[in-house]
Amino acid sequence: MSAKSVLIINRTSPYGSSSPREALDIALTCSIFEQPVSLLFLGTGIFQLLNNQNTESIEQKNLESIMSSLPMYDIDQLYTTKSSLETYDLTAEDLCLPVQIIDDTGVATLINGHETVLTF
Amino acid sequence: MKFSIIVQSSPFSSQGPATALRFAKALLEQGHELYRVFFYADGTLIANNLITSPQDERDLPEAWAELKKQNGLDIVVCIAAAVKRGVIDENEARRYEKENSNLHPEFELSGLGQLAEAIAVSDRVITFGGQ
Repeated sequence: MSAKSVLIINRTSPYGSSSPREALDIALTCSIFEQPVSLLFLGTGIFQLLNNQNTESIEQKNLESIMSSLPMYDIDQLYTTKSSLETYDLTAEDLCLPVQIIDDTGVATLINGHETVLTF
Repeated sequence: MKFSIIVQSSPFSSQGPATALRFAKALLEQGHELYRVFFYADGTLIANNLITSPQDERDLPEAWAELKKQNGLDIVVCIAAAVKRGVIDENEARRYEKENSNLHPEFELSGLGQLAEAIAVSDRVITFGGQ
């Protein structure tokens, strides 16, 4: 079994659907199988990475705590775009993990640089 | 070329599983190999054997089951995603003390490891019903 680099593109807000959780489950599984995983957060997907998430009032599992476990799974290649941050008036300091900020051309390069791309 | 397919969306409120079926047929007709079909997220709903399609409409779960039988396909339904959506086989029914199970006999529940392995060995992995 050969390792294939996997890019998971996250485009949905953290609690509006099950997509973020399901994307993370794939990321963690692929990492256990020693496949290098990168995560790209686009548009409203950037809200998945916000720090100080509090989900008590909506009775959902806190995504931030799952996100915080990514480095333990050797998943540290996290990306977002300058335009995603700007659209919602966010900066890297609003996020719970260090991310690499790329421009829209960088997205094409990133997709091109991975063998498998999954979208959520 | 060796393909795998991921289907993420529901059989009736989205087009994904139907398009994936046509794609699967097309690649098989062209002589490619379909290594595995992995139903994930709402896509797992297709394996509910209680689905009763209207008589004058295509029966999508049966169409997938038929394609599987004809071509000996490996079709896997994500167990975690399926169970929480109420698609369970006899083992899971026993485990969670449910009175009934409803997994279509042509579909099989298994873990995400099956997807990771499919990614590792396939030349192309195509997602249907993603965002």
